[in-house]
Amino acid sequence: MSSMTKQKLEYETLAEIKVGQRAKVVGLLVEGPTRRRLLDLGLLPGTEVKAVMESPLGTPVAYKIRGSILALRLEDASKIMVNPSR
Amino acid sequence: MEKGHDYLVALAGNPNTGKSTVFNALTGLHQHVGNWPGKTVARAEGSFKYMGKRYKLIDLPGTYSLLATATDEEIARNFVLFAHPEVVVVVVDSTTLERNLNLVLQVLEISNRVVICLNLMDEAARKGLEVDAKQLSRDLGVPVVPTVANVGKGLNDLVKVIAGVASGAIPTSPHRFTLKPEIRKVLDEVTPYVKKVVDDLPNTRWITMRLLEGDARIRKTLENGDLASLATLNQHVSIAESTEAELKELFDRVQIAASSIRESLHDHIVSSIYADAEIIASKAVTKTEAPKIDMDAKLDRILTSRIIGFPIMIALLMGVFWITIEGANIPSQLLAEGLFWLEDQFTLLFRWFGAPEWLEGVLVHGIYRSLAWVVAVMLPPMAIFFPLFTLFENFGYLARVAFNIDRIFKWAGAHGKQAITMCMGFGCNATGVISCRSINSPRERLIAILTNNFVPCNGRWPTLILVTTVFVAPMFPSAVSSIVAAAVMVAITLVGIFATFIISAVLSRTLLKGESSFFTLEMPSYRRPQIFRVLYTSLIDRTIKVLYRAIVWAAPAGAIIWILGNVYVGSETLMTYLAGILSPIGLLIGLDGIILLAYIVALPANEIIIPTIIMGYMGASMMIELESMAGLHALFVAQGFTVVTAICLMLFSVLHYPCATTTHTIWKETGSAKWTFLSNLIPLVVAFLVCFVVAQSAHILGFG
Ligand SMILES: Nc1nc2c(ncn2[C@@H]2O[C@H](COP(=O)(O)OP(=O)(O)O)[C@@H](O)[C@H]2O)c(=O)[nH]1
Ligand SMILES: [Mg+2]
Repeated sequence: MSSMTKQKLEYETLAEIKVGQRAKVVGLLVEGPTRRRLLDLGLLPGTEVKAVMESPLGTPVAYKIRGSILALRLEDASKIMVNPSR
Repeated sequence: MEKGHDYLVALAGNPNTGKSTVFNALTGLHQHVGNWPGKTVARAEGSFKYMGKRYKLIDLPGTYSLLATATDEEIARNFVLFAHPEVVVVVVDSTTLERNLNLVLQVLEISNRVVICLNLMDEAARKGLEVDAKQLSRDLGVPVVPTVANVGKGLNDLVKVIAGVASGAIPTSPHRFTLKPEIRKVLDEVTPYVKKVVDDLPNTRWITMRLLEGDARIRKTLENGDLASLATLNQHVSIAESTEAELKELFDRVQIAASSIRESLHDHIVSSIYADAEIIASKAVTKTEAPKIDMDAKLDRILTSRIIGFPIMIALLMGVFWITIEGANIPSQLLAEGLFWLEDQFTLLFRWFGAPEWLEGVLVHGIYRSLAWVVAVMLPPMAIFFPLFTLFENFGYLARVAFNIDRIFKWAGAHGKQAITMCMGFGCNATGVISCRSINSPRERLIAILTNNFVPCNGRWPTLILVTTVFVAPMFPSAVSSIVAAAVMVAITLVGIFATFIISAVLSRTLLKGESSFFTLEMPSYRRPQIFRVLYTSLIDRTIKVLYRAIVWAAPAGAIIWILGNVYVGSETLMTYLAGILSPIGLLIGLDGIILLAYIVALPANEIIIPTIIMGYMGASMMIELESMAGLHALFVAQGFTVVTAICLMLFSVLHYPCATTTHTIWKETGSAKWTFLSNLIPLVVAFLVCFVVAQSAHILGFG
């Protein structure tokens, strides 16, 4: 976590990842049961995610995570820090 | 089923991995569904025999983990930990092995005798994945059986292996995940004290970890007698209760140890598990050739398309309504003819016995007739609608609907799962209200419960369909009348859904203030549903149940209707008398006294609204049979019924208070008189307001 604050500018949130783009999870900005749930679903630092589709209304967005597809509301996705692959 | 088994077997697994399919295949009809003690989570248990031994099988709730704090997970892990099953079968989705291994590794941590059912092997092959069961078995230290549960492939082997592990013939040496040395050291310090309290577990490290993390539920389980009560599920185990001193010593130790750990223990444990899962999965899975076309992605692109995603939803809804209306038409007519023929026979029988006229009236023309009506108008549409709906559900479409409309629920401050609970309401609102249990946040769960009633359930369809066929369809050529009926149903449903959004939004800004909680929506792969299984379960589980309760409620209502029509106040019947009192209010909202009275009488069962109205209009002493539509049209018009009345009636039907069963269910689910009362008051106010505005605007504009 400490390295994260140092190089903050290099990171984006998952909400900024466009459909078709990939990124690596850096950290979760949530605590408590939500954090546990996300970890259990495999969203750990280092995990590769890919945005695969977007709801007709723009949010939620579905991400491929470890072979399964999980949809998150953009507001929630913005609490997940990622390092986009370019 | 409590006694008489040789081995207790638990089925665990992520949701949607085929657990129930395996359970059903193994137990056949030897099963029953109850509730977990003190919990609102369904518990299916069954039994099977193999080589002279009896196995009791428990289908645990589907979970991703045993670490989090949701009720489902607590039930699953308490069972695995404390009920001492001889074998735990973990059903695994072979297409997402890594994530499934998260649960597997946790189960291996707390149980020695584990069998992995590597299911959905056909889907894995379709996705170009080859999963090496032998390799997986070597790494996990327990047997792994590849299966395709929906066609029964591999299940014989599974039973054989379960038997082998249960008897000890197949040895196991479960993989335990690797922890950092400094964490391990702290755990080792506390573990002896845990052992003093629970010494009969295969591995106490897990309990130590939970306690260090401050898991209040595990702590509570240790403190109260839950351990012993769960253990009695398995007759072969008895448990000694620990002393208070032992517990206190343990909790003190835990407190000291916990303060010595700096980083988040939970994060560390999950990363350790996933680190092992990644290695194990990468050894077991080889990508053969990537499939040329990813069917799932293709379908998703269509069904969630920006342009046609919504039109497809509406078209499918309309298609379902159309098939239901069209398909139910003839069976309903035949049923009506048959049942009313039977009524004539009953009448003859009563007369032959010389029974008093009032007895014949109440029993035959009151109770029997309303039962006959309910069966004739409800059974065929339900028998068509429920299987259709279940097909969509099993195919994986409901998750896409939730995905498509979620933004509106987010705007309304509601939970994303409300899309699913709302759809369940189409069948029956009581079922919809029960399904709200899947929403963890109490605030959002209440919103979902309070607004479920705004989608028209099966019981209200007959009213909607009949009013449409009598008043709207005649304006169109008869060839398209069922399409028109379906379109009107869609329109009225959209009104209901709109009301759901608005009322949810109002509630989250007033009485139930708050923001939506974090929402994750799993999008399952599309699966070809098992047609026969769907037919069977939706007929048995849904149709029969809903019909049964409709019948139970319709019978007394039928008697009341007969009495209202046959007891005189001065020169008019009680019905006309009461309708006269209600008439001014009725007219204000575009209805009339009879309709309002019908809604009061039919409180328990919405299904009998129309026959009650017809009876009121006829002034006759009994509900008439469904004669020609033209006859009904004439009857309604003669009473001053206009298109505006028809529209208001349909609006009232979709918006008004829930039926008695749903109200009772809401009361049971919320345990609160206040919310139950509001669940009736809110729709009533909405229905009155909307109908009032529509009727008065129509009046001002010169209609009706
Ligand atoms: N293609 C395929 N479908 C399966 C298999 N096992 C189960 N299914 C289907 O997957 C769906 C979910 O199964 P279910 O037993 O309800 O999953 P549960 O949530 O784990 O209880 C059903 O439609 C099953 O017919 C399998 O091995 N292959
Ligand atoms: Mg199931």
